[in-house]
Amino acid sequence: MVLDDPSARSPQAKSDAPWHHDAKKEDLKHIGKPIRKVDARSKVSGLTKFADDLSMPRMLHMKLLRSTRAHAEIVSIDTAKAAALPGVKGVLTGKDMPIPFGILPVSQDEHALCQDLVRFVGDPVVAIAATEEEAAWDACRLVDVQYRERRTIGGVHEAADHPEPRLHDYGVRGNIHRLENLEFGDLAAGFQKAEHVREDTFFFEGNTHLPMEQHATLAHFDKDGKLTVWSSTQTPHYLHRALARVLAPLPAHHIRVVAIQNGGGFGGKSDPFNHEICAAKMSMLTGRPVKIALTREEVFWCHRGRHPVLMRSKVGVTKTGRITALDFHSYLDGGAYGSYGTASTFYTGALQTVTYAVENYHFRGARFFTNKAPCGPKRGHGTPQPRFALEVQLDKIACDLGLDPARIRLDNLAPRDSLTANFLRIGSMGLGTCIEKVVAGSRWKERRGKKERTADGRIRGLGLACSSYLSGAGLPIYWNGLPHSGVQLKLDRSGLVTAFCGSTDIGQGSDSVLGWIIGEVLGIDPLGIKVVTSDTDLTPVDLGSYSSRVTVMTGNAAMQAAERARDILAKGVAEKLGVPANRLVFADEKVFDAEDPKKGMTFQEAVVCTEAKFGTIGTVGSYTPPATAAKFRGGGVGPSPSYSYSAAVVEVEVDPETGVYRVPHVWMAHDIGRALNAAVAMGQIEGSVYMGLGEAMMEEMAYRDRSHKGHRVFVHKIPSLLEYKSPSALEMPTVTTYVVEDPDKNGPFGAKEVGQGPLLPMMPAVANAIFDAVGVRVDEIPCSFEKVFAALQAKDKRYGPSLGADGVPTVDFGDSLKIKTPWQGGDGTAWNEPKREKKAAK
Amino acid sequence: MTDVKKVLATFLVNGEPHEVAFAPHKTLLEVLREEMNLTGTKHGCELGECGACTVQVDGTPILSCLSLAVDAVGKDVRTVEGLAKGSELTPLQHCFADLGAAQCGYCTPGVLMAADALLSCNKSPTRDEIKQALAGNLCRCTGYLKIFEAVELAAARMRGEKAQPSKESIHGS
Amino acid sequence: MLRLPTFTYHRPKTAAEAVAICKAHGKEAMYVAGGTDLYPNMKRRHQTPTQVISLQDVPGLHSVDVLPDGRVAIGAMVKLSLLEHHPTLKQHYPAFAHAVREISTPLLRNMGTIGGNLLLDTRCTYYDQTHEWRESIDFCMKTGGDICWVAPGSPRCWAVQSSDSVPIVCAMEAEIELVGSGGTRTIKAGDLYRDDGMQYVTKQPEELLTKLILPAPRGWKASYLKLRRRDTFDFPVLGVGCCVWTDAGGVVTKANIRLGGAGSFAIPAIESEKLLVGKPLTDEGIAAAGTAALKSARTMDNTDLDVYWRKKVAPVYVARALAACR
Repeated sequence: MVLDDPSARSPQAKSDAPWHHDAKKEDLKHIGKPIRKVDARSKVSGLTKFADDLSMPRMLHMKLLRSTRAHAEIVSIDTAKAAALPGVKGVLTGKDMPIPFGILPVSQDEHALCQDLVRFVGDPVVAIAATEEEAAWDACRLVDVQYRERRTIGGVHEAADHPEPRLHDYGVRGNIHRLENLEFGDLAAGFQKAEHVREDTFFFEGNTHLPMEQHATLAHFDKDGKLTVWSSTQTPHYLHRALARVLAPLPAHHIRVVAIQNGGGFGGKSDPFNHEICAAKMSMLTGRPVKIALTREEVFWCHRGRHPVLMRSKVGVTKTGRITALDFHSYLDGGAYGSYGTASTFYTGALQTVTYAVENYHFRGARFFTNKAPCGPKRGHGTPQPRFALEVQLDKIACDLGLDPARIRLDNLAPRDSLTANFLRIGSMGLGTCIEKVVAGSRWKERRGKKERTADGRIRGLGLACSSYLSGAGLPIYWNGLPHSGVQLKLDRSGLVTAFCGSTDIGQGSDSVLGWIIGEVLGIDPLGIKVVTSDTDLTPVDLGSYSSRVTVMTGNAAMQAAERARDILAKGVAEKLGVPANRLVFADEKVFDAEDPKKGMTFQEAVVCTEAKFGTIGTVGSYTPPATAAKFRGGGVGPSPSYSYSAAVVEVEVDPETGVYRVPHVWMAHDIGRALNAAVAMGQIEGSVYMGLGEAMMEEMAYRDRSHKGHRVFVHKIPSLLEYKSPSALEMPTVTTYVVEDPDKNGPFGAKEVGQGPLLPMMPAVANAIFDAVGVRVDEIPCSFEKVFAALQAKDKRYGPSLGADGVPTVDFGDSLKIKTPWQGGDGTAWNEPKREKKAAK
Repeated sequence: MTDVKKVLATFLVNGEPHEVAFAPHKTLLEVLREEMNLTGTKHGCELGECGACTVQVDGTPILSCLSLAVDAVGKDVRTVEGLAKGSELTPLQHCFADLGAAQCGYCTPGVLMAADALLSCNKSPTRDEIKQALAGNLCRCTGYLKIFEAVELAAARMRGEKAQPSKESIHGS
Repeated sequence: MLRLPTFTYHRPKTAAEAVAICKAHGKEAMYVAGGTDLYPNMKRRHQTPTQVISLQDVPGLHSVDVLPDGRVAIGAMVKLSLLEHHPTLKQHYPAFAHAVREISTPLLRNMGTIGGNLLLDTRCTYYDQTHEWRESIDFCMKTGGDICWVAPGSPRCWAVQSSDSVPIVCAMEAEIELVGSGGTRTIKAGDLYRDDGMQYVTKQPEELLTKLILPAPRGWKASYLKLRRRDTFDFPVLGVGCCVWTDAGGVVTKANIRLGGAGSFAIPAIESEKLLVGKPLTDEGIAAAGTAALKSARTMDNTDLDVYWRKKVAPVYVARALAACR
């Protein structure tokens, strides 16, 4: 097998632009074209299999008995009656799986089944498998669990005020999970320079992903001692690691995880989950295939969605609105477990500087453990909340100073090819173009502030906001020096090219990205390429579908593998045709001489003659992001190969008598570097507008907090598709989309992320539009009808954040890490940071 | 559970008879998916709150999660698997595939069955009529716009027009 | 997947047979029409009949008939989607057709019936939850517990009247035909309901609702205005049904205003009604009637959206509904 012949690498791969960001549009055959997705026809025919569509002979159905208490010690569990029920084949409790797990190495705080504590209503306690799902459910009702209740910790204030009882025996102290305190530059000097200072409090309530598919897992431990787990997961590699950890001594290489097609993820299927591990263990216990398909309510218990975040933001600006200092505090309600929460905490402070140049910046973030379903990453991970705060605050500042909110943003733009105060490396930067597009499209200058009336007496308003997002996290979740994404290509003598990659298509089209890039490089039809993905037995590791990393990282790995394949083929063909390899063109399923196009052969013939010369043909490609500039502790969250940019103008029509409003039109511009597929990119942008609109208007993880006879009830208020409100077809506005292409040198053909960034400006743009229409400020998300009404009734025409009415929690953040900014001559380290022990080797 | 007496009945699904033994309290959704292995029909809540389980019964789109299977005996049941004629997709399916109206694809079967029913009784639906017809199907990926455009494009093609998607819907403005 | 519990399924061929089965099984039996209310409740285990009696084969319940005196009789099993598109109803009873169209989603209206909607179980965010969820709050009195979580000091249940058709048919003074073991009787729609979240209808359990009879479309004008989060799926958090009778000179002779989604039955806004009678429907009169409706709305914190806001906007919705009656 010929693998990776470095001498055969194409000249381009050695250049400064290995990913061809500077390719001319007209030279590209497939990239940018609206080719349908590789799996599109299966999906419209009902043929795509999701996890709950799988079944196997002798398969058992598993149910989890979950905690009915928000916070309690488990005194005893009696499963005898349940085990005796006809049809029941297996019962597991916490003692069967004592090893903890968690997505981040620093928070291995979950168990497949609770050990001695339950931490929220919905925490799993017992797993039961039976021949039918009904029997498993009935058996769960026969289990007797005795609890001793503990004080419930219901939110950030309560967590700060009550260090005891602790939910976990790790973390900073009490119920504080994380504290971060980072200071870039000289904040005091920045505020001294400021000619106008604003301080505001904002609250962003938690909300959830709400994928249409409920999570499901099928596990089969076969008689050869091999375990296979098919699951609706966005991160098969991390699930693989968690299974190996908890199921030890079962060797990792005896475990196969197949991430089957996800029916929507949005971040909600990117943790390893207790039900996945239970299914695997149950199959090992019973010797039969075991399936668990969660109910909609259980999906709410899995959650890992948007953190509720209380924020205090102080901004200093010059008379012309230039930002001189930003002092930002965030208080995150993390729920019962760590999940991605450490990263989430940093993300609430990371990306403010990527849109606007912030000269001096102080960020303090605290994450608390509370007795709620755990929070984690949802589309935009940790950045929508501070983005809401910043964009509304900028709107207020523009209003204070009599400036156009579009102008103040344009004047503050972070420069391209620069380092931010917190050492994030910006490459291409199309935000200015984005703002200009939506301003022109919406006729912002003519229509803003006009308070036009609609036929039914509503008042129109326009609001503007911007955002940025990562093209994948610069560092992996667990410390290692390995590639983030790998692709293998197999070239068959039939002419078939098969791409193997661990990446997971959650509907965003990552399988298709492989085809488009490989097809472009090899000059073959992308729809003719076979794509095999997300199977830990068959495919090289890709870290997963999270943080918008796949297009750039998988894309670059695919490009490298394809270029290596092209180079090998070129060698074979060159010899056969007697033409120099560097004169060969790969296009239209052919390989031919650029100077004499008649001299050539089909792609299939090229594979055959190359295989005859070199033997079986396969290549590999892999990708590791560039080293980060930030060297201080905490600097690992935020760096990315590139950043996407978005700007939105939202139009609202507000009923001034009730606060009811609708959103008839959104103008959204998204700088994605380059559209690898125009139609698919459009779908990602429109989907972001939709999800952002839901967060702006209605979506929230509301909790019931009631007491009766000394018993405190603390439970999710509305864990259903009917009562957790998400926009229907009737709420979706007209969307005018602008695809802005500012190619970035770190992305395949210049591509950056698409599909998370445009969610972010929706929430502040809606709030700003409501202000434009009826002159009231709602400093809380969701900006629901009753809050607009309350603001209209209020003397100060403001709906202050309900959670922050009594101020922010009192927390001692300790001393800040002090980092000199690049313009102060900083080198990315904190000058007062104690020397860290080298842990990297572990 | 195990002592529930099953009934034997023949269903007409996608034009073919299926003889199935099932417990009489089973929903049409359960019998389609678990007894006939027609897993194209999905479920997102099983409470009539999302539309993922939409199938057609005698041409009318209904929620299979809230229909008893026994009540569908003797009726003409149509699922997403029955849309295509042989190996040829319908114009509606083609337009959904080409425009990206299916992202994750989970709500898609239900949306298709509701949209197909609309097009069978309305050859030229307006955007508002399409929205109203799909107001019972939740989608979390697409923001519905590509779905609306796909239904409009399919309607035009079914009327015999040589319609193409607009440049704005593919490349933006 | 949420699944139904086991039950015995009956499909009687006559109303008398249905009534007999229901009576024989007492509390174990429930009728099912479209199933869109009962089956979700059964899947969540807060209604668990072991005998389910389908009315689909009962003759005489499936048609819309214009009676000789101009009234319109609607069979209980007529699908909601048929009603919303019915030419006679759209022409002569536009407010009723509109109210029906406001129910849930088009898919659900293809299954749900008018009989089922008139008898829709009262709703509550402490009640319409799975068994597991309700277990975590120790169950409420509507499902076997001893507390109303909405008002813990209250001896009664405050579940909410949530049907869109009920406020409008009560306001219109439509009639309801019931068939019981003692024969057939007809009552005013308003008399079918009572102010209790648990015992929200006055009929005997085995009595079968067979027909809704709308009054002849003369001398009155009706409207229905619904408040909810989304324009589909959602139950009303406020549903105002109005019906106004006027004389030849445009003077109001009678006005009925019913507030749905604001209590355990469709609450009459009596103070508002009083203000309207004897005067023409002027802007000022409508505004005053709207303001007077504030006291009538008894919103509780057991639906979507804020309880105080729902009450405060009730006057606006009442005024707008009345304006639509002009």
